[in-house]
Amino acid sequence: MDIRHDVIGHEDLPGQTPHGPWPEDSLARVPYWVYRDEANYQREMRRLFEGATWNFVCLEADIPDKGDYRTNQVGAMPVIVVRDADGAINCFENRCAHRGALIAFDDGGNVKGNFKCVYHAWGYDLCGNLKGIAFEKGINGLGGMPPGFDRARFSPRKLRTTTLCGLVFATLSDDTPPIEDFIGAEVLGRLKRVLNRPIRVMGRFVQPLPNNWKLYVENVKDTYHASLLHTFLTTFRISRLTQGGGVLVSEDGGNHSSYTIGVAEGANAGAYKAQEIRTDQDGRFALADPSVLDSVEEFGDQIQLQILSVFPGFILQQIHNCLAVRHVVPRGVDRMDLVWTYFGFTDDSPEMNRRRLKQQNLVGPAGFISMEDGCVGGFVQRGTAAAGEHVSVIEMGGATAESQATRATEASVRGFWKAYRRHMGY
Amino acid sequence: MDLARLVELNATYARVIDTDQLEEWPKLFLDPCLYKLTTAENVAKGHEAGLIYADTRGMLEDRVSSLRKVNIYEGQRYRHVVGLPVVLGETNGTADVETPFLLVRVMRDGTTDLFATGVYRDKVKPDASGALRFAERVVVCDGRRFDTLVAIPF
Ligand code: FES
Ligand SMILES: [Fe+2]
Repeated sequence: MDIRHDVIGHEDLPGQTPHGPWPEDSLARVPYWVYRDEANYQREMRRLFEGATWNFVCLEADIPDKGDYRTNQVGAMPVIVVRDADGAINCFENRCAHRGALIAFDDGGNVKGNFKCVYHAWGYDLCGNLKGIAFEKGINGLGGMPPGFDRARFSPRKLRTTTLCGLVFATLSDDTPPIEDFIGAEVLGRLKRVLNRPIRVMGRFVQPLPNNWKLYVENVKDTYHASLLHTFLTTFRISRLTQGGGVLVSEDGGNHSSYTIGVAEGANAGAYKAQEIRTDQDGRFALADPSVLDSVEEFGDQIQLQILSVFPGFILQQIHNCLAVRHVVPRGVDRMDLVWTYFGFTDDSPEMNRRRLKQQNLVGPAGFISMEDGCVGGFVQRGTAAAGEHVSVIEMGGATAESQATRATEASVRGFWKAYRRHMGY
Repeated sequence: MDLARLVELNATYARVIDTDQLEEWPKLFLDPCLYKLTTAENVAKGHEAGLIYADTRGMLEDRVSSLRKVNIYEGQRYRHVVGLPVVLGETNGTADVETPFLLVRVMRDGTTDLFATGVYRDKVKPDASGALRFAERVVVCDGRRFDTLVAIPF
């Protein structure tokens, strides 16, 4: 039974955060308490993840057949995603209506018939409806549930689900617009560009990170840092700010796609060297076996790197031929899990498969490019330990959150805060 | 295959990593070779991907030079505790060997955590000089979680 406790406290007043007012009405300033405040974190769970957002829950490829299911989290809420007999996908809270136990306590599998809670054997169909109560009528006329007990009134919460290019998203809110509108036309086009045919999962890894979940999402949207922190991107010209490219930010700010075009840099080619940037190791760092970078043009548009995000916690990555989905799972105010799923397509040739396996060295917890992202969030979390009253300065490329034909900008980070503040009511 | 020599190979392997002689690490492999770092879950599902995937000694050398010259991470080292190898079979002088391991990570401030456990699934054979080398070492971790980052090879 769900009795929501949305009693309006003083922290729920419009414009008021649990930590007082938002400090400055600018997308370019963000208070550091936002990564550390426990009450704010709880509000994020309710307002963002359980609010009018689409949350990534699994790949269609994870649950191809009837009864196939996976478990995941929507914010703090455990959920089950399952394919039913009609081929439809349902998502419901992984919480027994009886006493609240997990209904499924593994990562996934196939359920024959109904789900059955192990605690007292209550059963649920593939839509999350309570179907069976053990000893409902008692024994020999004794015990059992009261006569008027109406099963239909008791179920785990159900989420609306939607699929898009093999991805499954779920939302708890009736107000969440259709996924296409939620993502926005421009970013949607970039998502479809990659997910253009049936995919094949190649592997999964989880990277627990010692920082607030938002620091990772910001990092992903931060096109400014990429070629300054990651030597591989700069040295091997996978992505330099001086190459062609840009960042698309959705109208509401929450979603983005940044991209690098694989063309020569022209007059700006020497800019990294001129500024003596650490990550420019041209000539000083070479690979004994450069096959890790052997790539082929796969999408026919010269975009060699594209990072795309859907608010709040979904990321799609294409770096040359290395493709992955990353899911940001908050675990506490200063902890999160990053779930990596490497994938290819069902029609990959053996050569393409091998190429992807090699290029997967670039990303993940041990990624030549991305291992640094594992620690920088922790550096901010620790660096700001005593700075709750201070703000960060997110002003590269101005103070707005519009698409720009450059990546020397923090436009999509500001976009995140635009969407964040709207959902949080700040 | 002589068990004592396999034990010695594993001991050398652990020692070069734990004492930060990473440049010696690729030399314990044949060329070409396979070094892969993955999880029991991926292996069970037939998922081929690795967190690290190297099929030449050059790729192993690149791992080391990248750690030395370009990657950014906080100071850390490992302590390997490697169990006894079991020879599962032998074909044409190549032995299939399985060896359990336990890996402790020591951060620069001394924080010491159990970082990973698992099993090495190896194909071992002598090189031209007769020294035992890895044709394959697949590191199969019991868990799927890799705290913060994986800098040093397992
Ligand atoms: S908690 Fe599930 S049946 Fe009792
Ligand atoms: Fe990064």
